[in-house]
Amino acid sequence: MERKYLLGNEAIAHACVESGVNFVSGYPGTPSSEVIDVLRVQPDRSYYVEWSVNEKVALENALAAAWCGVRALCTMKHVGLNVAADPLMTSAYTGITGGLVILSADDPFAHSSQNEQDTRCYAHFARVPCLDPASIQEAHDMIPEAFGLSEEFGLPVIFRPTTRICHSKGDVDLGEAVASSRKGEFHKDPRQYVVIPAHTRVLHKKLNEKQSAIRKRLVERGFNYHTIRGKTAIIASGIGATYVQELLPEGISFMKIGAYPIDDEWLGDFVKKHEKVLVIEELAPEVEEAVRQVAGCVPVFGKKNGYAPYEGELSPPAVAAIMEKAGFLDKNPFPPADPVPNLPPRPPILCAGCLHRGTFYAIKKVFRDAIYPSDIGCYTLGLQLGVVDTTICMGASITVASGISHAGDPRDIVCTIGDSTFLHTGIQGLINAVYNGANITVVILDNRITAMTGHQPNPNTGVTACGVESPRVSLDALCRACGVSFVESVDPYDITGMTHILQEAKKRKGVKVIIAKQMCVISARRAGVKRGRYMVNPGICTGCGTCVRFGCPAIEFADEKARINDLCSGCAVCAQLCPVGAIAREGKK
Amino acid sequence: MSGSFDILMVGIGGQGTILASNILGEACLIEGRHVKGAETHGMAQRGGSVESHIRIDGLFGPLIPPGQADFLISFDLLEALRYSHYVKQGGKMVVNRQLVLPTSVFTQNLVAPTQDEIIAALKKHTLCLLDADKMAEEAGSPLSQNVVMLGAASHSIPLNPESLLEAVKRLVPKKMVEINTKAFEMGREFGRTC
Repeated sequence: MERKYLLGNEAIAHACVESGVNFVSGYPGTPSSEVIDVLRVQPDRSYYVEWSVNEKVALENALAAAWCGVRALCTMKHVGLNVAADPLMTSAYTGITGGLVILSADDPFAHSSQNEQDTRCYAHFARVPCLDPASIQEAHDMIPEAFGLSEEFGLPVIFRPTTRICHSKGDVDLGEAVASSRKGEFHKDPRQYVVIPAHTRVLHKKLNEKQSAIRKRLVERGFNYHTIRGKTAIIASGIGATYVQELLPEGISFMKIGAYPIDDEWLGDFVKKHEKVLVIEELAPEVEEAVRQVAGCVPVFGKKNGYAPYEGELSPPAVAAIMEKAGFLDKNPFPPADPVPNLPPRPPILCAGCLHRGTFYAIKKVFRDAIYPSDIGCYTLGLQLGVVDTTICMGASITVASGISHAGDPRDIVCTIGDSTFLHTGIQGLINAVYNGANITVVILDNRITAMTGHQPNPNTGVTACGVESPRVSLDALCRACGVSFVESVDPYDITGMTHILQEAKKRKGVKVIIAKQMCVISARRAGVKRGRYMVNPGICTGCGTCVRFGCPAIEFADEKARINDLCSGCAVCAQLCPVGAIAREGKK
Repeated sequence: MSGSFDILMVGIGGQGTILASNILGEACLIEGRHVKGAETHGMAQRGGSVESHIRIDGLFGPLIPPGQADFLISFDLLEALRYSHYVKQGGKMVVNRQLVLPTSVFTQNLVAPTQDEIIAALKKHTLCLLDADKMAEEAGSPLSQNVVMLGAASHSIPLNPESLLEAVKRLVPKKMVEINTKAFEMGREFGRTC
């Protein structure tokens, strides 16, 4: 046994190797991405790994692998499970033969997400087991169990870590890596794999019949346990259980829920031994609802009666406040500590030299009074530049644009979408917009990488997850094949060229596609691209502030003059914007 | 209660706080001690304000509650002030003298406190202020400023300096070991005077 200091996702990845995983697929999404990012770079891999184009594609691939009897892992963030919900719901009917673990990482407080949905509700909905770790060590230890449960019950198992598991670190005891020798083999069985009505009705019954045994087994395996210490009790799940253990006073009973579905008989026995019960959990009141169903006249404190919040994430002070309010703690041990007020915020910002900034600048210049639907990626930060009017989910830029177009708003509509997002779920929206005659301009922000989640390759990069060369998808040809006649590629560092193409698009009716092509500035730096820095000549600078309003973090303003700091990556866009020509490459006059 | 020694490390995305927190974690392993931590990943890293929590001897959750940190290490003056409410009464701070103004100051005309104002505000805690960028440059690479910071902080961290230095050597790239060893020792030397 080896002990290492690891990120939660690294520990989870290691546990997958310890479990002899054979097949791995997923789509990047914070906080889940590092699991595959770790697995794909291991030397001497004995398993297959892919970044899929979206979560539905990833899950269907993994499901097929598990049908062939091998162990499969499929990773995504919580909202990715919405995309994969279609195969999920019916995969519970068909079942699997090799273990299938679906990792769907939740993000309480929406640190890096568009909502605070709860993956446990999907497990409940699909009637598949769900494991919910409270610490990194437990996350690691649950993975082999998840594969085991999946094979025992012939069902996919959902593994649901949260941001504070995935992106926490700790000392973790690891097991031995296992090189599995399993080979996939598909055995034809239409009654299991062809879900026509006659088959699926039978499969549905079989799924329901498994439930009672699953509940019992989850208690037997020790995922759900309790200690009776008094007349009142706290029932907690996930990282919330860890915070409770940090605070738990003597004489209060404790129940830890780490797996669903919860055995209601076992739960009811515990609850009825107490005079009152407090439920602590993040996101949906999943445990609380189970407790309320068995509580009878035992008072239950939780979200449903206002003792705990529905929103946000828990923390030791938040849990202490809930315990104090519900009468489980005499005094909150964490007195409020307020931050210094009115400091200028430092939100994340597009990098110096990011291609998106030039693109957004040109869009705003040419389409002044337009509507700007956008999408999910680093470029959502274009909100700060006033060029992002909508963001809802992956791929919803083109569809929202066409919806607004058909709703009758007379303004121009210019939507932006990244290359990875376009390939994820953008293409269908483009086909639909052309087919139904929308009047929109689509700008594909093509940086050849999935940048925001940590630079994962996609079919537009030209390499696979494991670094093997692959044919690059042609975005131009793809858009033309969708029926778009105006498809133009342009370098977003060339503001004149970019502006010209946008003006051409503005003159035309129908769906126009502009592909703004430039490498992500971080990938370019890693690839050794050097452009030379730019500087402001203080003798020429009039302090007009045009370059400062461009919002590049390399441009500062002091003593009535602009100044370029060492974040400059040499994109030269600011030099093109300066009305007096005060910005030039370093070393040139 | 936790019984851990809680360190909050803050800075700006891209300054190397994650490597620095890994070094602290590795040093805990070298000494056979438990450690828990939490950090900022994803989009928030893009030049935004970032925080790493490290709880030496931590057995429970990874988050340090505001007002409870034993020690703050900050790579930037403004970030030190932003997170200063995390430090408990009598807690210490090691702070890099650098002040990077957020772009919001220029684009939205916001007022940022001056260097002197920030230092005056931080002085209600035991403050060790150093020019880590300059010292890193002297050590041989501006990238070693995170290790300079750890060297200066090493006097207040309940870990042997030998373990910290060993962790530095294990985690930085091979060709950078010499520079980072020097950076650690320069930081440690400066820390004696704080």
